[in-house]
Amino acid sequence: MEAGTAIERKDDHGAHYTSTGLPTVKVAMWIFLASETLLFGGLISTYLLYRGRSVVGPYPKDVFDIPYTSVSAFVLLASSLTMVLALGAIQRGEDHRFRIWIMATALLGLTFISGQIYEFTSFFHEGLAIDTNLFGSTFFTLTGFHGAHVTVGILMLMSLASLNSQGRVTKDNPIAVEMVGLYWHFVDIVWIIIFTVVYLIPTGSPHP
Amino acid sequence: MSTPSDAQADVHEDLHERRHPQPWEYVKIALILAVLTAAEVAVSYMDVNHALQIAALLGMMVIKFVLVVLWYMHVRFDNPAYGRVFTLGITLAVVVYGVVLLCFGVFQK
Amino acid sequence: MSGMLKRPSATRGWWSWATTVDHKKIGIMYLFSAIFFFGVGGIEAMFIRMQLAGPNGHVVSEAVYNQIFTMHGLTMVFLVVMPLGAAFANYLMPLMVGARDVAFPRLNALGFWAFIGGGILMYSSFLLGGAPDGGWFGYPPNSVVSPGNGMTFYCLGLMVLGTASLISAINLATTIINLRAPGMTLMRMPVFVWMTLVTQFLLIFSLPIITVALVELLFDRRFGTLFFDPGAGGDPILWQHLFWLFGHPEVYILILPAFGIVSEVLPVFARKPLYGRPFVIFSGIAIGFMGFGVWAHHMFTAGLGPVANSAFGITTMLIAIPTGVKIFNWLGTLWKGDITFDTPLLYCVGFIALFIVGGLSGVMHAVVPSDYQQSDTYFVVAHFHYVLFGGALLGFIGGIYYWFPKMFGRMLSEKLGKVQFWIMFVGMNLTFFPMHMLGLQGMPRRIYTYARGMGWDLYNLMATVGAFMLAVGSLVFLWNLIVTFRKARSAVADPWDGRTLEWTMSSPPPGYNFAELPVVHSEDSFWHEKYSETRDGKLVRREPGPEPQSDDGSKVHMPSPSFWPLFVAGGVAIVAYGVIYGWPMVFFGAVVFAFGAFGWVLEPSSEE
Repeated sequence: MEAGTAIERKDDHGAHYTSTGLPTVKVAMWIFLASETLLFGGLISTYLLYRGRSVVGPYPKDVFDIPYTSVSAFVLLASSLTMVLALGAIQRGEDHRFRIWIMATALLGLTFISGQIYEFTSFFHEGLAIDTNLFGSTFFTLTGFHGAHVTVGILMLMSLASLNSQGRVTKDNPIAVEMVGLYWHFVDIVWIIIFTVVYLIPTGSPHP
Repeated sequence: MSTPSDAQADVHEDLHERRHPQPWEYVKIALILAVLTAAEVAVSYMDVNHALQIAALLGMMVIKFVLVVLWYMHVRFDNPAYGRVFTLGITLAVVVYGVVLLCFGVFQK
Repeated sequence: MSGMLKRPSATRGWWSWATTVDHKKIGIMYLFSAIFFFGVGGIEAMFIRMQLAGPNGHVVSEAVYNQIFTMHGLTMVFLVVMPLGAAFANYLMPLMVGARDVAFPRLNALGFWAFIGGGILMYSSFLLGGAPDGGWFGYPPNSVVSPGNGMTFYCLGLMVLGTASLISAINLATTIINLRAPGMTLMRMPVFVWMTLVTQFLLIFSLPIITVALVELLFDRRFGTLFFDPGAGGDPILWQHLFWLFGHPEVYILILPAFGIVSEVLPVFARKPLYGRPFVIFSGIAIGFMGFGVWAHHMFTAGLGPVANSAFGITTMLIAIPTGVKIFNWLGTLWKGDITFDTPLLYCVGFIALFIVGGLSGVMHAVVPSDYQQSDTYFVVAHFHYVLFGGALLGFIGGIYYWFPKMFGRMLSEKLGKVQFWIMFVGMNLTFFPMHMLGLQGMPRRIYTYARGMGWDLYNLMATVGAFMLAVGSLVFLWNLIVTFRKARSAVADPWDGRTLEWTMSSPPPGYNFAELPVVHSEDSFWHEKYSETRDGKLVRREPGPEPQSDDGSKVHMPSPSFWPLFVAGGVAIVAYGVIYGWPMVFFGAVVFAFGAFGWVLEPSSEE
């Protein structure tokens, strides 16, 4: 993978010259993540605005299974750890260990998504669809967007393993791993917020 | 053709990283995150003053958020520019969306 | 497999344009697309004006009228002025900072092709059951319940266009931050580059917000969600907040590039540096920040209450200050300058005059009780056309006249340019000035017709006559383009005696821009290489002058063309259509997208 097809000039040592001394693709990724905070901020704010305003049920307390979702939260947090271990491995040139950690991250991500799908399906069977009430609309849209981001992340993680096997992502060219890592951790911190704000904080409304 | 030496020094510094945490430090962070998550779940079940409960949950959430950003996303050890641009986004989001929610009276009883 | 992945190498013909990753070619494509859509949006404007020329008009039906004014607004904002900004930013910025291209050339191409896809998506709606008809601002509940697919095309079209702009913004911002030539510190960058940088950050932070709004509207229409359904506890005012949180920064996105252009042109034609350059730069940055603090001034009559209204009234008045600073600096640049009234300067002076008028009516809007009357009347229409037509558009036309020789190696006709200017200047005022009076007399916006005896007949007729003048002026411009392209290339590298790096290269520049990357020692570095100053400020031409740019780029490796951006953009468009026409199409589009993404990543690198 052309790590940053960026037009980077080389100085006398062959290192890429940039105005700031920072890798171009990393500057771009952080700007992208800053932009994404406004995307998820908007979806979370919509959820917060409409909290307790649903006119009909089911309501959060009817459907939430906090112990179950807590397991999901642990799974995603663990995946951030395996991600960072994967990055360390490739930086040390340990390709085999890298592939193990990166696939572990993908697997944990898949576990998270499966957990979400099961959770959504059971909510659906309890009468909560995206068009049932405000809770359904805001909940499924927010968590759906997050889940879509996780899914894209899983595809990128698996691609990294493949690219490493092909020799396109290596100790000498590890920046793609770092970039996917930043994206993956971002998706994790969004979940940190969602888990607390959506699941754990009680609605305080008169609904059961 | 001259190249500004400061920029080059930064390149090499950035490429080799200012300090690189060891894997076990990352495991330590993971354990703290796990403990905090467990604590959050426990607090959510407690029958305490509503406002205090929310404050505690949000506080723990923020600590987890910051830990992942500073350590896993490497902001603590990288050039401050990255953290700054990210903080700019978060601050803007909190302020503008906060004002919108204020307009809707979400923070009133 | 790698045979299929070999990169295209065409340098001539339509395939070379379809696969180009060269920022100059991409900028030119944005320019001509914008000019095309200006014609389309202009025709829509003519229909509006013919319908309103007199009372009880019946030029089109009510339903069609709603589609026309909606598409007029969407076209002019998203398919004309924004692409004009993108055209100049793409073409000029790398040249001005001393780079060979932007940070991610293929992503740049993707941004352009996705823009084309979004434009096609929007306009195909006319043939697929009807165009969006809920106004460019799409307020629910109307935009939710509006039957047919029109407003769904609105959501999808804007989401595609928005994503294209976001990709482009990240690319351009990264380029400015990271790919400047050695010695080009941030404060030495041309003011146009600074305005472009602020614009990109406005896009980066505001586009996600409208994405949230559009997702919620799309889902309400397509999946039955209840975001804006009052019966279910939802609130249409949420849309207004989200839309204007984007919409206000958007108007600064529209005007800042033109501010940048004016800041480049005035010093060249006054032959003196931009007055108060740091202030122009810092006021631009201030506008960027403050632009996020005024959005609810579009909602003064929405019932937010006196506290919110007062707060936003104050922030809106405050934001006039940095703009005022710029105007004084531009006037200071012209003051006692050695002025040549060539066409580019004419447009920039016209810009200043008309933008002042638009800015003043804007300040009138900031006065909340006054806005209670002005809101939703033609007064608002007058205001924004003064700043967008008199401001942004005139600035961009001036920019076209100024940089045309650099881009195409020929000078546009000065005579035709001046004729066009005066026709447009008079026509613009004739069209939009009466609208101030109409608004104060109570004529509402967006109405299909009005009754006899309201007292609005004369001003409406004047506005329609003015619109025809604008049409004539536009045709003069088209004629100028045709006549100029028929001529052979003849322009020199530096026809205007410019100050910035783009004038150091041949007209047009070679593909690789700089054979050897420049080293920069000051702002306006090219000017200082040409001229020194005597003690009493007289310019003295340096002998020998600056060395001309070498034309030998044989050692320069540029990124190869690629067709994957076009392919990926196609996938995005198919997914968008699929949201209306069914999940199989979404799935197919996603497969095309994914295939394109993998082809992109696995494509051999340019150096192979």
